[in-house]
Order: sequence, then structure tokens, then C-alpha cells
Amino acid sequence: MSETDTRTTEETETARRPGRERGREDGKFGRYGGQYVPEALMPAIEELTDAYERYVLDNEDGFMDEFRERLADFGGRPTPLQRADRLSERYDTEVYLKREDLLHGGAHKLNNALGQVLLAKYMGKERIIAETGAGQHGTATAMAAAHLDMPCTIYMGERDINRQRPNVFRMKLNGSEVKPVTTGRGTLKEAISETMRDWAETVEDTHYVIGSIVGPHPFPVMVRDFQAVISEEAREQAREKTGGLPTDVVACAGGGSNTMGTFAHFVDDEDVALHAVEAGGSTLEVDEEAGVAPNSASLFAGEEGVLHGARTKLLQDSDGQIMESHSVSSGLDYAGVGPELAYLVDEGRVDPVAVDDDAALEGFHRLSNTEGIIPALETAHAFGYLEEHHEDLGERVVVNVSGRGDKDLDAAIEETDQRDVANAPDMSMFTGGM
Amino acid sequence: MANSDALDAAFADGPAYVPYLVVGDPDYESSKAYVEALDRGGADVIELGLPFSEPIAEGSTIQEALVRSLDAGMTPDRFFAFAEELEVDAALVCMTYYNLIYQYGKGEGPRPFVERAAAAGIQGLVVPDLPAEEADPLREACDEFGLDLVFIVAPTTRGDRLDRMMANVSGYVYVQARLGTTGARDDVSDQTTASLDRLSGYDVPKAVGFGISTGDHAERIVAGGADGIIVGSALVDVVAEGVAADLSTAEVADRLEALSRELKGGAERGHRSRTGTVESA
Repeated sequence: MSETDTRTTEETETARRPGRERGREDGKFGRYGGQYVPEALMPAIEELTDAYERYVLDNEDGFMDEFRERLADFGGRPTPLQRADRLSERYDTEVYLKREDLLHGGAHKLNNALGQVLLAKYMGKERIIAETGAGQHGTATAMAAAHLDMPCTIYMGERDINRQRPNVFRMKLNGSEVKPVTTGRGTLKEAISETMRDWAETVEDTHYVIGSIVGPHPFPVMVRDFQAVISEEAREQAREKTGGLPTDVVACAGGGSNTMGTFAHFVDDEDVALHAVEAGGSTLEVDEEAGVAPNSASLFAGEEGVLHGARTKLLQDSDGQIMESHSVSSGLDYAGVGPELAYLVDEGRVDPVAVDDDAALEGFHRLSNTEGIIPALETAHAFGYLEEHHEDLGERVVVNVSGRGDKDLDAAIEETDQRDVANAPDMSMFTGGM
Repeated sequence: MANSDALDAAFADGPAYVPYLVVGDPDYESSKAYVEALDRGGADVIELGLPFSEPIAEGSTIQEALVRSLDAGMTPDRFFAFAEELEVDAALVCMTYYNLIYQYGKGEGPRPFVERAAAAGIQGLVVPDLPAEEADPLREACDEFGLDLVFIVAPTTRGDRLDRMMANVSGYVYVQARLGTTGARDDVSDQTTASLDRLSGYDVPKAVGFGISTGDHAERIVAGGADGIIVGSALVDVVAEGVAADLSTAEVADRLEALSRELKGGAERGHRSRTGTVESA
């Protein structure tokens, strides 16, 4: 018996998969990442780094075992990898759907929220705070906090509160307090800034559950590790169902948590192409004067800078002021992106692509009426990409269905009504046409 | 020892009064009158805020001032022009966030910003979101152009982090009086005394900020061992009240000058009680 044979499969796997663990040591992804935070937050960041290494990486006190058990029992994992028969036929390629829309709460967000709230509990924290944009991360955090009996405060921009009332109710139903953020323009980036301010005053007993692979180290690696369960399952499921790895993996990208979760276990599989689909909004042009980028394509169109604790790619003006981003899907509406994705794009490992609002809406309707799955508008961008670029893809494609679209029905009907979407049903009797 | 003689001088002779205002709040010309009023009120160093769109270290008072300034069209280049036009005796320090410093370089790092700041008469920088670990390129540029790099020490900063910071700091150290973000408060925290004790072994002036709004606060802080007081939100509040009540620029400037005299006077009383100097009759 050779020496390598005595190692467990898991050890062998880890040893040859360095990409899967990128950034764990110092929070750096090439030139990106880091810890650009006010000094008052540094002790909290150091305490969190220590807890991440002990509980998440070393499974101290059986943390990861409990996390996985709760993901199964409370969350409903594993989620299926399903063959999409009609899309496969349409594109003449094998299309598989990773069904994160079937996770409890209807989106991948719970993987991270449950992991972080549980970690806060292991750390002895007594209170949870989180920011939310469209409300998906807020609702997932509120669910996890209720499940684990932790008091929770969610910061949400006033404008987003008005756009996303059902999600506000969901958070309140789960017992969370929702605090409106009125400063600035009242959207996600202001909510993140406001949550960081709360944390700066309350670090001793409070944990900040950040919603994506953004922010200072250790958040980008920690959130990736919690979300990596998506690709861990998908990689195994693909091998079982198809006898091999996919040729392409596709995920939508806002801040990047579902993206990195879907890519993490494939990063070292060099033959698997990784496509990050960003919101192209109405146009990729920016309006410097107004400080508005009518898209959220920071990987595709952004430039290097420092925001919310990390060096990454940003939508900013020539002075370095952060732009107001825009997308038909509020969940992708963020001017930055996780530093690890910025790095993987520069390295040529991840292919960044932008899909505009129109194509995303077509994707929304196509998945709904061909496969019986109503996707989130975020997710719909991935299907817009599939329609536009299926000829460039290989013979076996995995697409992450990051969330279900129930939350987006009002927005989808309204946006469809404003356009001529070829494959949309006639909804005029429900909108202006009555 | 500071890189800048002006900052050395500001702390050499009694307690330093270090006021902060956002440049361009609520507009360029009024803001110039306000900064000059601080100078007449006895400022030794003036911290000039260059607004960034995502100021994560600021409380609501200063954040709203930053928004007013940005809405009125403030940019880094206009900020430097403003600094050049000022007629003040106080030393000038620029307080801003790292992304603006970095972007100014157009791919060449922080050096072009520091070079321009030096040309505009700025003697130091405070960058609240730049930790000592990431500060090397800025530190080098500051040394090259004779600027000081001021770090903020929090009530929770100790051990290796404190040592690393103190190895990089020059000019003065900004002692954050309590946890949280900027904003005027009625209490002056016990955390201040503990922070000053922790810093007593380091040979650099200690200026205390966060929450100071009256002459009495200033007196207690300086009596407790501070070499200077930093006042931001209380002054920005005066500007905000002027905007809300539609006061004339001259009226707001007078109020800023009067509050400055009160704060500076408090600091001097605190210094006398600490050093046991008896006022001559």
C-alpha cells in the first residue's frame, strides 16, 4: 500500500484543491480583499476571525456538524440537481438546475444566515444585526435568528422598505425589528454603512451577519465557506447523475454569495468554465454627472477601489465616489462585488458577463412557462445568459436557480407591462388594461 | 516628532484645539467663512473633511453634512483649491476615506493625492477606514512630501495593534473617546481616561475626539491628560442649524467662532488645573 492510500479521501481532496480555500489565511485574493475598517471595529473583526478559524475551519465543539444538521432539518438540504428537459431540448445541450429555490425561505441566502447566526451563538453573542437590500438576506437572517432564539435587528433602506413590503412583514413575523435607513439614498449600500455603525457601538455583545461575500476579512471567506455547500452538492450530484463534471457552471452575480457558493468546489476543476452573470440593467453606460450607473455590473464594468472594508471592483465615478447602481432585480443592485470574484475574473478563471433587464425578463418568463419554475429576477439573469450564449457553452451546463420568484411577482408584472416581452403571457387584465 | 513643523508647533504650546468641519457644507463660499471663523476662535489645527459617499465611521450629523457638500458639488480638486484659498493660521489636516485617496492616483496609488495635498498646504491626513496594516504606501508618500499620518486609537485598541499603529503615527494620535461613530454626546466617557493611560508611554501628542461639545467637556478631557481636543459634530450641528433656520453666513460664522472660544477656553482651563498654573491676578 502506498503512503497516499492511507490518507482519507477527504484529506487527498483538500490537499489538491487549494483554490477552494483561497484567502482563508489572510483575507487577500491577489490585490483584492483586506480589512479597510474603522479602528473601533478591528477587535470585533479579530474576534470573528478567531471564531471562524476555530469553529468553521477546525469544527471545534462540533460546530460544522451542528450547522450541517440544521441545514438539513431546518433548511431542507440537500437541494436537488434537476435535469431541465425542455431547456435541454431547446439548446441542444444538457441543462441541469441546482434548485436552491427549494431551500427554506426560497433562496440560497439561508445557508449563510444560518451559519453566521449559529456562529454568533457559539461565540456567546447575544444580539444579531444585519443589512438587507431587497429583503432576501433580511428574511433569511430573521428566520435563522428566530430558529436559534436570538434577538435580531435588520437595517433596510427606506426606499427598499417601500418597494419590498412583503419581506418587511416576513421579518417582523419572525420577530425581528426592522429599522428604516433614511440617510443618503436609502438603499442597500446605505443599509450596510448603517449596520456597520451600529456594530461599531455594540461590538461586545453583537454579531453582524453580512449578506454576501463582501466586507472585511473574514466575511468574504466565511460566507463563501457557508455557501460552498451548493457546489459541494452540485459537483457530487453531477458525477452521480451524468457520470462526470459539467462543462459549464452558470450563476447570477450581485455581491456574489450564490455565485461563489456555486463555483467554490469547481474552481480547481480547470476544464469547468465558470460564468458569472451580472445585471446589465438598462445600459452599461454610466452617468458621471448624476452619479448613476444604470446597471450593477461591477465585475464587467467596475474599477478597483475600496468599499465597505475590502479592496475590490466597484462602480464609481472618476473621483472615487460610489455610484448608485440599478437593476430590474433589487437583489443584484449593489455597486461592489466580492473580492474573490474580482480576483478570479482578473485571473481569467471566471468569465464575467452582463445581461440586461430585457433579457432577464425573457429568462424569467422562459423558465416559468417551459419548466414550471418561477425564478427570482436575480436568477432570471442566468437564464437570459443561457438564451443568448448557449452556442458558446459545452455539452453539460449547470445553472444555479438561486431563488424562487414569488417575491418578485409584482415587479415582474409591472416590468413586463412596460416592455414588449415576446414570451410573456397577456397580463393586461391585471395591470392597466382593465 | 512630526513630519510637519506646523503640527509640531500646534501642540508645543499648551493644549491644542482641533476643530473639524466638512468642506463645502453647505456650499463652497459659506464653508470658507466657517473655517476661517474656527481659526479666529483659536483653532490650532483644523481638520477639513473631504466628503466620501459611504462614510462608515461617521454618525448621522456628519454624514448629513457630507451629503450636503456632495450635493453642492464638492470634489477632491475643489477641496484642494479651497485649502489653497483659505486664510488661516492653524495647521490643516485632511480627513477622508481611502477610496478617494486611491482613485486620485489613477492607478498610481496614493502618492499623487499626497503630492497635491502638500502643494495645497495640507500638513496631515486622517483616514478612518485605513488600518495600519494597509497603510504602507500612504505612509511612504506622506514621508516623501512631509505630511503627517494621524491614526485613530479606539477604546478597544491595545497590544500588538496599538504598537503597530504607534510605530506608524506621526503629528498626533486621535484618541477616540468612546466606541461607536462620531456624534456629540453629553457624557465624557471613562474610556477616555483608560485610553490616555494606555498611551502614556508613547511620545506623540494625544488629541481626544468623539462627543466633545462644550467648554466643560474640553476642560475635563484636558485636565484628564489630553494634549488636545478634537471637536466635529458639535460644530457641524451649528452649520446644520444654520441651514435649517436659514441663517446668514455671517451669523453662523459668529456662532462657530463663539463656540470655538468656549471650547478653547475650556481646554486652557483644563491645562491650568492639570499643570497647577495659578492665574495671575
